[in-house]
Parts: sequence; C-alpha cells; structure tokens
Amino acid sequence: MLKIDGLKVNYGGIEAVKGISIEVPERQIVTLIGANGAGKSTTLRSVAGLVKPAAGRIHLQGEDITGLSPDRIVSKGITLVPEGRRVFPDLTVLENLKIGAYLRKDSLQDDLNWVYDLFPRLKERSWQAAGTLSGGEQQMLAVGRALMSRPKIMMMDEPSLGLAPLVVKGIFDIIKEINKQGVTILLIEQNANMALRVADTAYVLETGRLTMSGTGDELLHNEAVKKAYLG
Amino acid sequence: MIQKKSKTGTFVALGCIILFLALVVLLENLSLFMDNVPKLLKHTSPLFVVLKKTAVYALAAVSMNLLTGFTGLFSLGQAGFMLLGAYTYAILTVPMENKAQVYYAFGGSALKFSLPDLFGGADTTHGLILGVLAAIILAGVVATIFAWFIGLPVLRLKSDYLAIATLGFAEIIRAIFQWQKLGPITNGANMINKIPTFSSFNIENEAGKVVLRLSTFVPFLLAIICITIIVLLINSSYGRAFKAIREDEIAAEAMGINLAKHKRMSFCISSFFAGISGALFAMFVNNAQAKPFTTNLTYEILLIVVIGGIGSVSGSCIATFLYVACSEWWLRFLDTETAIGDFKVPLLRPGFRMVVFSIVIMVVVLFFRRGIMGNKELPDLFKRKRKGAAK
Repeated sequence: MLKIDGLKVNYGGIEAVKGISIEVPERQIVTLIGANGAGKSTTLRSVAGLVKPAAGRIHLQGEDITGLSPDRIVSKGITLVPEGRRVFPDLTVLENLKIGAYLRKDSLQDDLNWVYDLFPRLKERSWQAAGTLSGGEQQMLAVGRALMSRPKIMMMDEPSLGLAPLVVKGIFDIIKEINKQGVTILLIEQNANMALRVADTAYVLETGRLTMSGTGDELLHNEAVKKAYLG
Repeated sequence: MIQKKSKTGTFVALGCIILFLALVVLLENLSLFMDNVPKLLKHTSPLFVVLKKTAVYALAAVSMNLLTGFTGLFSLGQAGFMLLGAYTYAILTVPMENKAQVYYAFGGSALKFSLPDLFGGADTTHGLILGVLAAIILAGVVATIFAWFIGLPVLRLKSDYLAIATLGFAEIIRAIFQWQKLGPITNGANMINKIPTFSSFNIENEAGKVVLRLSTFVPFLLAIICITIIVLLINSSYGRAFKAIREDEIAAEAMGINLAKHKRMSFCISSFFAGISGALFAMFVNNAQAKPFTTNLTYEILLIVVIGGIGSVSGSCIATFLYVACSEWWLRFLDTETAIGDFKVPLLRPGFRMVVFSIVIMVVVLFFRRGIMGNKELPDLFKRKRKGAAK
C-alpha cells in the first residue's frame, strides 16, 4: 500500500536517513524500531510531508506522493500521530477531534461515534480542555484525532513515550483493534518488545540505514535484536 | 439536543444585542424628551464620547485579538491598517463641494468623485448611508489588500520577529501617507476634514433642530455587526483551525491544516476589520491625519487586548470600555488642581492621571495574570454559575 524507495533525508545539515526502502502492505501493522537518532521520526515526518526528502520516492497505492504538502498528504489518507501526543491543550476534547477531520466536508457524527466507542473515556471528557487530561488519555485523544480524518494509513510516532506500562498495554490493544477494523498502521517505537509483539512486519533502523527486517516474531527471537533492543 | 441549545443561545445573544442597542438610543435621546436630565445624560456629557470611542476601539481590539489571541500571530501593525482605513474612508467621502477647501494646499483633489455624492449627496439620507457604508467597506478592503501583500514575506516570521516587521510596516505606511507628492490624494501632512461623521447621522427637522440623536448608536451598530462576524468566524471550522495553529503549529500541520494559507487568511481578516475600525476612528475624530496612528495607538490596543484577556472577545470589549472610561473620564479629575476649602489637594496636577493610570494597569496585570476574562467569554461565566446552582 505504502512504498518507500531509497529515501534519503537531510535534517539539520546531516544525512539522517541514508537511503531506506520500506513496504507497508495493506491492513498490516509495520513497525520500525531503532535507538535514538536512528532516523525513525525523520522517516515518518518525510512521509507526512513535514520535511522534504533529498532523494527517493514515496508511493501510496501506486501514486507518487513524494514532496506533496502535508495537507495534500492528509487528504490522500495518511495521518501522523506526532511524537509526544501534541494535543491542543486549550481546546476541548471535542474540538481536538473536529480539527482531526478538518479537511473533510461530510458529516462527522459516524466517526465521532466510532472514536467514542474505541475510547469511551474521551466521550466522558468531551467538554474538558485537552491539557487537563492524563498522559494516557492525551495519547488516546491523539489517536482519536488522527482517526477522525478517516485515514488509510495511520503513522504513530512513539505512542508509548512517557506512559506507565499498564497504559502502554492499553494503547497497544487499541492499536491492534484499530488495525482489525481496517486501518493500516506504521508504527515507530523505542519500546521494541511491545512493538514487535503486535507487528506483522518489522524493520530495524540503525543510524539511518536498515540493518534487519522480518516478521515481528522473527525479530523478537533474533539474538542480535534481543541483545541490542530487548535487553 | 445540543443543536437546540445553541439555537436558543443565538436568540438570547441576539436579544441582548438588540436590547443593548435600544438602550444606547434611549440613553442618548433622553435629554431630548426630558427637561431635567442629570448632567451625565446631557449630550455633551463625557459618557457619550467614551461610548463612541469604546465602539471604535473595541472593534480594533477584537480584530487584533483575532490575530494575536486566536491565531497566535503577534503583530504590531494594527495602527498601520487603521491608518489605511481612516484615509481610505476620508478620501472617498469628502463631499465635492468641500474638496477645494480641504485640498487648498494642492489645488484640489486628484479624485474627481465622492461616494456620498455618487449616491445622491451627503445631505440626503440614502446618499449618506450608502456612501458611508461603501466607504467603510472599501476602507476594510484596502487594508486587506495591503495585508495580503505584506503578509507574503512577513508571515514567514514568528513571534517577536513578526511583531518587529509589522511595526516597521506601520511606520512606513505612516510616512508614505504624509509624503507631499501624494498630496492631491492624501493631502500631505495636512488633515482631511469636513467628512461625514457620527453626528451626520443625527436626524434634524427642517429648522435644523435635532429630533433624534443617532451619533452613538451608529458606531455601536457598526462595531457590533463586525464583532458578530468575527465571533461567528471564530466559532466556525476556520476559527478552530486558527486556534489549532495557536496551540501547536506542528500538530496543526500534521492534521492537514495549511499553515501559510490560514495564517494569511487570519492576517487579512484581522486587517479588514482594523481598516473598518480606522474608518470609524476617522468618523469619531472628524478627520483623517497620520498623526494619531503612531505605534502608541497599537500599544493602547495591545494593552486593551492583554487586560481583557488574550483569546476572549468579550474580555476585549469590557477592557476597552474600562480603558477608555479611565483615560478619558473617570481619572480626568487627577489632572486638575483642586482645592477643598483652603486645603490644596496634593499631587493633583496635569500629568498625574497617567501615573495613577499606569499603577492601575500594573495592579490589574498582577492580579489578573491572564487578563480580566482569561480566554473565557461572558456566557461561560453564566454557565458555570448555573452548574454551581444545580449542585
């Protein structure tokens, strides 16, 4: 569905991503794991159009989307759940969700109900300012907000960042549930253990290059991965 | 359910506005119907000056709040756009018969028409209303056009850099409008006067005696219409996008909001209403000249926005009234030397008003960190009270 070919991205004067090729098949969960500064976030940001790649092509369902503006990419069906959640703190939960659907002109009620079904907690708090939610609730909101654009692919940047282990488990359960309902997911994580458990396909990224790939299970039991990322 | 509620809310708001406007008309006409009105309600009372100025400044403050408070763009070009509006209005409305007199230094105006005259003359009702209305709208349009062009380079900047760039723009505009070579249009450094003002809307009988005063009602009506449009915009999906940009540009961009487009839109709309408030300002002071549109005016309006609460329309309106009333009316006595019997009250002398005023502002800022209203609106306060009562 999403195909990244020889992607190179310069970030702040250095080459952060040095030519990687990734394929994200439809209805799968694909994960990219790697240490800090491996280039995971940069890869996602360039797919989302927030940074322009220096070389390489990105195709969505056969259509070249390299270098399009972020709003065009969102309207093509790729949404990013940014790192650190980045909800709009002074807006209510409902307003946050509505902004997620900003580019859509049709009725939102069905999707609002869908998101509220996935996250009943958000419905309870729909009139509350997003800044007053707990970390886990904010992550739910960030995911819900991304879903409101009715994406084909949802890209998630470190959803477990700064959350308690129990909350992280809840988030990953939701990710699996969303995936079952037909949304393709590209996930990047430092929490490799969790990510590999849910992933259909996984890639390991080291200082801008892909070093390994395989199914989630394979990498989970791979000695090198165990040593470097699972501890 | 929710929709029903918001509908009654709209009716209540509309009712309040109409009631308020009726009250304004009643207040300013009381002296016509009754002989013994208190001094406060005579038409020469400072109350009406304050009310008119409040209407003009409130619109300027709300338009600035749209940009600063709701979109998070800190611009200090307000005075520049108001100047554009004031001049556009004045240039377009000087009646033909007054042109030679106004533009005496330049041997008449280069503009061979006047909007009120095109619609039948400034002394007829429809000529006045249509001419003034068209000029006011054009004032906004001219400010918008300038904003669009200025915005192209300037909106790439952020926070303080944007503020400095827009500040520079306002100063340049002010200098250009005083340029002698543009004299046939802008009247150079002289003022353009003899234009239709708020008082032109007072209804007189054949003997020239005022039968109905509308000079306070007109600015209020115009300001309320504009502010209502701004409020509707803020509550629309565009307004939500503006707020998203204010809160977090990166997240907003990731949600598919085109930053450049929305920033430009907010900048242009804000400038449109700043231009209109400039036109109202010209009507208020009976002339247009570059002198009052210094950075001081921008700072005054910024002060109002901050005191009222960044991100609160009703806060801006309340703060405007308090600010204008304090500076023009309530604190005036501090400037005149007074003696009670033989005792000369110390400290009271010209200039002391500003000292007290500054202290008042400092106290307000200290005790209301986020302004009087924070980012709440008036109806929010009632909502909370009702909830509290229900408990």
